[in-house]
Amino acid sequence: MSISPAELEVILLSLKVALWCVGISLLPALLMAWLLARKEFYGKTALNVLVHLPIVLPPVVVGYFLLVLLGNRGPVGGWLLEHFGISLIFNWKGVVVATAVMAFPFITRAIRQAIEAVDQNLEIAALTLGRSPFMVFLTITLPLILPGILAGMTLGFARALGEFGATITFVANIPGETQTLPLAIYSLLQTPNAETAVWRLVIISVVLAFAAIALSEWLTRRSVHRLGGNL
Amino acid sequence: MADIRLKKSLGRFHLSAEFNTAAGLTALFGPSGAGKTLLAKMLAGLITPDEGHIEIAGRTLFSSAKNINVPVHKRHIGFVFQEHRLFPHFTVRGNLTYGSGRRAGKAAPASFEKVVDILGLNALLNRKPASLSGGERQRVAIGRALLSNPKILIMDEPLSSLDDARKAEILPLIEDLKSEFNLTTLYISHSIEEITRLADSLLLLDKGEMKAVGPVGDILSRLDLIPYAGGYDAGTLIEARVTAYDPGHHMLILETESGGKLYITGSAKEIGTTVRLRIRARDIALAKTEPKSLSILNRFKGRLVDHCSGAEGMEELLLDVGFPLTARITRKSFEEMKLKKDSPVWALVKAVTISRS
Repeated sequence: MSISPAELEVILLSLKVALWCVGISLLPALLMAWLLARKEFYGKTALNVLVHLPIVLPPVVVGYFLLVLLGNRGPVGGWLLEHFGISLIFNWKGVVVATAVMAFPFITRAIRQAIEAVDQNLEIAALTLGRSPFMVFLTITLPLILPGILAGMTLGFARALGEFGATITFVANIPGETQTLPLAIYSLLQTPNAETAVWRLVIISVVLAFAAIALSEWLTRRSVHRLGGNL
Repeated sequence: MADIRLKKSLGRFHLSAEFNTAAGLTALFGPSGAGKTLLAKMLAGLITPDEGHIEIAGRTLFSSAKNINVPVHKRHIGFVFQEHRLFPHFTVRGNLTYGSGRRAGKAAPASFEKVVDILGLNALLNRKPASLSGGERQRVAIGRALLSNPKILIMDEPLSSLDDARKAEILPLIEDLKSEFNLTTLYISHSIEEITRLADSLLLLDKGEMKAVGPVGDILSRLDLIPYAGGYDAGTLIEARVTAYDPGHHMLILETESGGKLYITGSAKEIGTTVRLRIRARDIALAKTEPKSLSILNRFKGRLVDHCSGAEGMEELLLDVGFPLTARITRKSFEEMKLKKDSPVWALVKAVTISRS
């Protein structure tokens, strides 16, 4: 089967959004995972709940919160528009924000579990060998949690590809701007006699998901092998 | 070399220690729960003392009065842990060189080749820790700490996770490292065997309290310290020079510094060397007159210097037989022999019970 220009537009937008989503979430998720795994501080439970909220809330509700906060007249959105000229409404940047908020808890969770699995005695040993805490993080902790980071990125990527509720509520369903794969499928379902088109997009979704998982498995196996194959 | 004064309370456990160590190997000895590891961790900066002062190689690492607390990675203290703690994602070579960027100050750093050679790691350099045996891992861990150019080395029961065969394989290597690099070392152990073999001086710790500190031979021959220094296995540490060999019987004749003569089994190639011997107090028999026609070769004439009652009907004795010697006999024998201070006695030691350190 050959892919039509309209389908290609949907696929490329979806991939672009998913990659940006993982890209902007990764560092904050790593930091958040570190805080939750290693630090004790006042309000930690509340922060933990806040991070996990997008998993338990209906996505539509998350989308609505984003609309209220980040809309052009919202407290944060208005400020962004006024000072930086950035508008998130009805464009692909808004999709990235919506998917990032939805994917963030999954990425954070995967990395946090990896950090918690690291034997802190190794880091202590590295400190006694004279390396600074930052170097110890770079040379010991980071390589050891790499499989967890890869798992988190895969989960985040898949979450971004599949996100529907928050996206359609926050930035609507505009072909070429905000219409990712699930939104395109949804639109076609509303159209009479479009069953073939629906099936084509469904198959593309499945293929993309499989490819993402296969790539992540391959990367994980490579990094575990580098860790001595004993994890 | 190190000047240490520390206090720390953890719940109902109180540790209080005050000592100076000279160069050489100082053993920190005591039963489990004595606070040995806690003390070592405070020296390395892994646990903060409640109050006190740590000065190592002229540098103050901790002082509650001056509000100084140097972080772990700037203390220049090498640490060999009970478990190997090797980095799983590095090869043996990567582990060994991980800390070698640290500068040693004026002292020449231990050379990679020499450490690898002594510890027998040449064939393992490109392997990952996961594929090593327990003994090999601990050897790498020791090498890694040495190669980080520490001012002092702390070894926290480095052999406790290994079986007896592996221990026997690594102990001589530690001896070799000691004579090769002469690094000030604090060696933590609850094994009297390891300590009599390695230590120059001894620091006795029990229930968080320092019981004694001093040269290892002096402390092991103190009667009042027997409950702490070995208990059932307590004994005397003797250094003696091999002066002659009897080829017909595979016997060595040894002379102590004070002129006492000892017989043990051995081989000719040891002539001229100094050996460390341990005579356990419970392996000694006493007689009031010189015994004749007896299988026991080592018969020392001397006198009873001091005695005290030990556990369960035992009497602990300190003899002077040209060198100090601790002995343990039953109180029944002690009373029947009518021994008292300054009584002349013969101490009898079967050559086969003398263990070489």
